[in-house]
Amino acid sequence: MSADAAGRDDPFRASRWARVAWIALAVYVVYASSRMEISWERVVTGLENASRFFARMFPPNFERWELLLKGLLESLEIAVLSSAFGILLALPVGLAAARNLMPAWATWPARFVIVACRSFHPVIVAILFVKAVGFGALAGILALTVASIGFIGKLFTEAIEEISDKQVEAVRATGAPFASVLAFGVLPQVFSRFIGFSTYQLDSNLRNSTMVGIVGAGGIGGTLFAAFQRFDYDFVCAILIAIISLIMVGEVMATGVRKVFLEGATLADLFSRSGRAVRVRPLEGD
Amino acid sequence: MPAAQPAADAHGAQRWRRFTSGQRLARFAVHLAIVAAIVAAIRSVEVIPEFLVDAPEQMLDLFTRMWPPDWAHYPDTIHEALMETIHIASLGTLLALVLALPVGVLAANNLVPSTPVNLFAKLILVSSRSVNSLVWALLFVGIFGPGALAGTLAIAFRSIGFVGKLFGEALEEAQAGPIEALTAAGAPWTSRMTFGYWPQVEPAFWSIALFRWDINVRESAVLGLVGAGGIGMALDSAMNLFQWDRVAVILIAIFAVVVLAEIVVTQVRKRVI
Amino acid sequence: MLELKRLSKSYVPGKPVLVDIDLEIAARGITSVIGPSGTGKSTLIRCVNRLVEPTSGEILFDGVDLAGLSGQRLRHARRHIGMVFQEYNLVERLTVMENLLSGRLGYVSPWAAWRRAFPPDDLRAAFELLDVVGLAGYANRRADALSGGQRQRVGIARAVMQRPKLLLADEPTSSLDPKTSVEIMQLLADVARSREIPVLVNMHDVELARRFADRIVGMSEGRIVYDGPPATLTDGVLKSIYGGEAWLH
Repeated sequence: MSADAAGRDDPFRASRWARVAWIALAVYVVYASSRMEISWERVVTGLENASRFFARMFPPNFERWELLLKGLLESLEIAVLSSAFGILLALPVGLAAARNLMPAWATWPARFVIVACRSFHPVIVAILFVKAVGFGALAGILALTVASIGFIGKLFTEAIEEISDKQVEAVRATGAPFASVLAFGVLPQVFSRFIGFSTYQLDSNLRNSTMVGIVGAGGIGGTLFAAFQRFDYDFVCAILIAIISLIMVGEVMATGVRKVFLEGATLADLFSRSGRAVRVRPLEGD
Repeated sequence: MPAAQPAADAHGAQRWRRFTSGQRLARFAVHLAIVAAIVAAIRSVEVIPEFLVDAPEQMLDLFTRMWPPDWAHYPDTIHEALMETIHIASLGTLLALVLALPVGVLAANNLVPSTPVNLFAKLILVSSRSVNSLVWALLFVGIFGPGALAGTLAIAFRSIGFVGKLFGEALEEAQAGPIEALTAAGAPWTSRMTFGYWPQVEPAFWSIALFRWDINVRESAVLGLVGAGGIGMALDSAMNLFQWDRVAVILIAIFAVVVLAEIVVTQVRKRVI
Repeated sequence: MLELKRLSKSYVPGKPVLVDIDLEIAARGITSVIGPSGTGKSTLIRCVNRLVEPTSGEILFDGVDLAGLSGQRLRHARRHIGMVFQEYNLVERLTVMENLLSGRLGYVSPWAAWRRAFPPDDLRAAFELLDVVGLAGYANRRADALSGGQRQRVGIARAVMQRPKLLLADEPTSSLDPKTSVEIMQLLADVARSREIPVLVNMHDVELARRFADRIVGMSEGRIVYDGPPATLTDGVLKSIYGGEAWLH
């Protein structure tokens, strides 16, 4: 507000600040780039590498499809289980953190859990779990469960805190016990958003489950990393194609779930319209 | 009250159901599919039960080895790695902005009314988004060798899709009125862009940029695990050497930077946009 | 039935909204509370079922002081008090039927409530009430798809579903147009008379109160200044409740 007023007093002041900001940005870019060790030779060899790289990627090699399938399945299992456990655990935590329903002694610990779960990238959490419980799918499941608790817990809490108190008050006035107030007064108000971010999280877990393998936490990521290190670029290409297809199938299924729960679709609706009806909202921030 | 009985039968058709039978079938199918998926996953996933039982103890053990963090490690290597991470995130975001602007323009149907061009631009955006930044990092490490350059490019290429898509949508939502006025005044394409569209989408552009920078700070901390520079590399080597007190310092440093980035973004958004 | 004894409420210490209210409500009939905005009518109604916590005083309901209850005993007391709200306060995303059945939540277990497994008696009563309030066939409509008048009909039906011993209504017609207001008050009066439920309703519309109430309680600045039948509610009394006189005719 005050900045606006100042800008109105002196029409050139804002643009002067903007110019200073642009110059600062330019100086920063030059400084930061100088630390990147960019050189002409590096670009040239890089481009040579790139052309060789892409030449060897095509055609993709699906010969080791059994290994590929095994990795994909494991990723899928990690995604399903971490989403299931994550959502299940996020519900009570998210509810306990809602300030409009819970006393402070419940909200503070719950909020702490949510912040703790959110603060690190899932891959970093995965690497810690690998060190603790060893290589394999368990570490991946635990890591993505933690990520799901953080994400869904935060959004669930926010959704509950935004509900209309009046509707809750009316249900409470009937003498309903607390659990029934939740079932009739609170959940209906947050249900659609809950389905929304649960399917989002399933999708996000699916994406990350293909990556945690890079640090040894199970799934196709391990296969991908190994193929990279052995310069099997045609296999790399095949794996990437498989991962992207898996993620796209996941998006279609998430859309289906949303339609059934939120728009009251029947199975017939799903299969008759699914072709081009609803464009999946791309899932970002993962 | 036997008299109530026939009334109940007469109201038999009123046996209340929340959903139609078709909806119930669909919901049942989804529930069944969810349960089936979970059961199938539990049965086939290769988890050693002993490891699962052991997990809490192992985690606790890990934390006791991390505590207390050894701050002496911070000045020697960690600080520099941390700065490198921030550079990777910032330069990567800036590069993505530069690259995404034209692609976003090409993707906006009201600016470039050509469906093949729009689709091509959207294809670029979709492929950028579909590939995880860790995979982009692997790719660029393969091309340019390990280091911050690969990380920066990975961040940039992953962000193009995000920025381009949101920017394209902002352009398509721009109001036609001011642009029509400029067209009517005989303004050339470039003037229509700079005076018609840009003022309308500028706030959206900067807020997208800030949003992505925040995400990129988190992501760039991970890229080092595949050799693409930044604090992830320090984390990787500390773990391989079992220097747990150093790992603790690195984790705290990452946490601090992530929190700081979030504060910066909220403050800038509040003041400027 | 209901007896308020020296009931006081102040949201901010030193600024009482209700001052030593003594009020007795008989086992039948409609009692209407009138008075200028901000005089504590709504607070009074809400204190009865403790949606607002009174600062001091007693709320004797069937001989039990509600002011001293908490937890399960408060919930059990609330089951016998139906409430109709100014802005209907339906759960917008639930269907009409679910909103009606929420009046029975005090009697079914949370698990049954979750599964929507209500006793057949409740369902029968709900369908009957839908007929009574003129919404037959609306059972599976979502509440947010209804008009204001229809919503308040659902609101009344929900309160009556509790088979209450007392109905509270907090400005039930203030969000409605004049014609619908009369219809809703008529419905409320009919339902209350046929089921012999006493009603405590606060209203800002004096004419509507005169037309439907058996007894009128006039409030001003947190105190009761008039208590009597509509017939003796003269212009002089109204002047003492609302102050001024330009608004009269």
